[in-house]
Amino acid sequence: MIFDDPVFASRMLTLLTLSVHILYATVGVGIPLMIIIAQWIGIKKNDNHYILMARRWARGFVITVAVGVVTGTIIGLQLSLLWPNFMELAGNIIALPLFMEVFAFFFEAIFLGIYLYTWDRFENQKKHFLLLIPVALGAGMSAYFITVVNGFMNAPQGFDIVDGTLVNANPVLAMFNLAAPTKVAHVLATAYMTSAFILATIAAFCLIRGSKQAYHKKALHMTMKIGLIFSIAAALIGDFSGKYLAEYQPEKLAAAEWHFETERGAPLVMYGVLDEETQEVKYGIKIPYALSILAFGSPNAEVIGLNEFPVEEQPPLEVHYYFDIMVTIGSFMIVVALLYWFGMRQGYSFVTSKWFRWIIVLGGPLSMLAIEAGWWLAEFGRQPWILRGIMTVDQAATSSDYVGHMFVLFAILYAILMIGTLVILRKIFANNPVEKELAKLDAEKGGGQTWKS
Amino acid sequence: MEILGISVLWTFLFGYVILGSIDFGAGFFNAYSIFTGKERVLSKIIQRYLSPVWEVTNVFFVFFFVGIVGFFPQSAFYFGTILLVPGSIALILMAIRGSYYAFESYGTKGHKGYAFMYGLAGLLIPASLSVVLAIAQGGFVEIVEGSPVLDYFALFTSPLSWSIVVLALVAVLYISAVFLTWYADKAKDADARDLMRKYALFWAVPLIVAASGIIIELYSHNRALFDGIMNLWYMFAISFVLWALTVWFIWKRRNYTTAVWLLIGQFAFAFYGYGIAHYPYLLYPHLSIYEGFTNQAMAISLVVVFVLGLALLIPSLYLLVRLFLFDKDYIQGNKE
Repeated sequence: MIFDDPVFASRMLTLLTLSVHILYATVGVGIPLMIIIAQWIGIKKNDNHYILMARRWARGFVITVAVGVVTGTIIGLQLSLLWPNFMELAGNIIALPLFMEVFAFFFEAIFLGIYLYTWDRFENQKKHFLLLIPVALGAGMSAYFITVVNGFMNAPQGFDIVDGTLVNANPVLAMFNLAAPTKVAHVLATAYMTSAFILATIAAFCLIRGSKQAYHKKALHMTMKIGLIFSIAAALIGDFSGKYLAEYQPEKLAAAEWHFETERGAPLVMYGVLDEETQEVKYGIKIPYALSILAFGSPNAEVIGLNEFPVEEQPPLEVHYYFDIMVTIGSFMIVVALLYWFGMRQGYSFVTSKWFRWIIVLGGPLSMLAIEAGWWLAEFGRQPWILRGIMTVDQAATSSDYVGHMFVLFAILYAILMIGTLVILRKIFANNPVEKELAKLDAEKGGGQTWKS
Repeated sequence: MEILGISVLWTFLFGYVILGSIDFGAGFFNAYSIFTGKERVLSKIIQRYLSPVWEVTNVFFVFFFVGIVGFFPQSAFYFGTILLVPGSIALILMAIRGSYYAFESYGTKGHKGYAFMYGLAGLLIPASLSVVLAIAQGGFVEIVEGSPVLDYFALFTSPLSWSIVVLALVAVLYISAVFLTWYADKAKDADARDLMRKYALFWAVPLIVAASGIIIELYSHNRALFDGIMNLWYMFAISFVLWALTVWFIWKRRNYTTAVWLLIGQFAFAFYGYGIAHYPYLLYPHLSIYEGFTNQAMAISLVVVFVLGLALLIPSLYLLVRLFLFDKDYIQGNKE
């Protein structure tokens, strides 16, 4: 077995689970906001197109939520199964937000259930709309609490270690760790951005295929605008994250930027190939002073290099590529959304051309890739620590055998789940074309809502 | 404080046992009825009840394991290390069931193989989870070089662990059958009610036999726990009386609502009785609730969050239950 080492196997299984879960979690946090906006516009403008958008998105959303519940339950329990020593320590100090997350999710799940099954039970459409607010709120709070836990792993605080035991625990202080604010903001902004671009992908794809023009055009226009706002927000918050790292986790920033020697006026290296012996970067693009600006907002600021840290505490250097992927895609999406928005305003014809729509189609999957890359950067960039400065992954992992076998089982499971999700989503929407549903909705508009879920 | 913590957790676990049993059993009956050609009778009832509620059931389970790590962090170390394999298997089975809801209920219906997997998983989950109870009562875990190691051979050859598995399965089928009898009666679906009533009566006796069997086996396996149970004999006696009353009502075809409450009472007495007898150990004899308890600050904040959380959840749950469980029109299928 290649996974004989329980530490390595545990890391790989966690990587696998989180990489799958984050796809569903991102959509789970972001889509409710899109549904809210669509349904709100629909009620305000009395436009059935937007109401139908909300309904169709909600129907797809519930599938991803259900699978997200499954993968979320798995990672919740796997934390204890794979990292028992970590959870024993962390349970003493950071169990509070984990506990709160369950409440937030529970809250969301209850109202989502009610929302889905009560399209026709309320006389007043606005009352039904109100059910969405706890759904979106619960989703956002879930993301907040879980990200707080991740922030704690990067910047542990709120306790002292005396003779190897944890004392003076202050769970509230631990929750308000320094890494949390930028992390939470970045997670939320990118979730909204990615969800918007995924819905834009679908709308653009349907437009290329030539289906019902007005409906998809409205959907595309709305989601691209939302995507533009949140991709700019994500970039701004990303800049703050850089400043946080420079101050509190300089080794992570240095590894991500291949910045080895402490210096003033540090350049930012994008892409390239590293010669690890000489620490020389070939074929990279050097932007003068940019790293100092990213790190401290001033071109002459001093940025700490990786060589200041002992070798065994240095993160793996491939995180540089994850950084590149994330930043490149993020910037690319801002440009695409800007072009779209500006082009629509000016009435340029390229915006409605096929090739541009194909680019928009790519936007959703690319944004997902950026999310993955961002999390790989965050997690690999913290290595070798599981709790920075306190516990390494080697100390945290389980001592039991068979982790490798479990990896295989879970890999099969995730493959089924992901393929199943795609197949089912396709089926639902292929069997219920927009045209048919719109006609039905229009016909029923007079005599109250009797649409079936 | 320790007692408060474990009581809260034990209550969550009890909630999960009841809700989960209804859910797992229903899945099994659903699959069974599909394969014996009684599909029309049951599927509708089961889907109307299960679809809106399954996530709630799941959350009870999540609450339990997040809560136990919060209140008793050391349990993460002991149980996390030991339960890698049974825990992972249970997770995979739960994933199969969860995705069934996602794919079948919300998506398109009618894949027979999936319904079969779903029903089967519903039986295997309680089986694999109940093994944890067998492990927790002691005798299967050794500490090697500071880490707990599970003796799989001893576990799988022990009649005690198999009896616990059997009890879990029978309990699942019994609880579920009684509940669905009531639900079908509410839904005015006489065919389904009669069928479920038959199942309920069928599983009633094996339930008591299995439960008594475990107590007898504990005598030789874990004398301390056996004595603990004997000291609480009255709780188990009450449980037995409640069982008899439930069966009586079902037999007489009346007071189905009372029967469900009696059923819950019966399991509550047995479940808490067992829990108290188990006290103070989480994992006998390695971990007690006093050794494993978290620090004061965390315990207080968890309790505060718990109370606030309940204040938020109970009204929402009430709304959910009113809309789906006690709304006559919905249950009878007059509302979509």
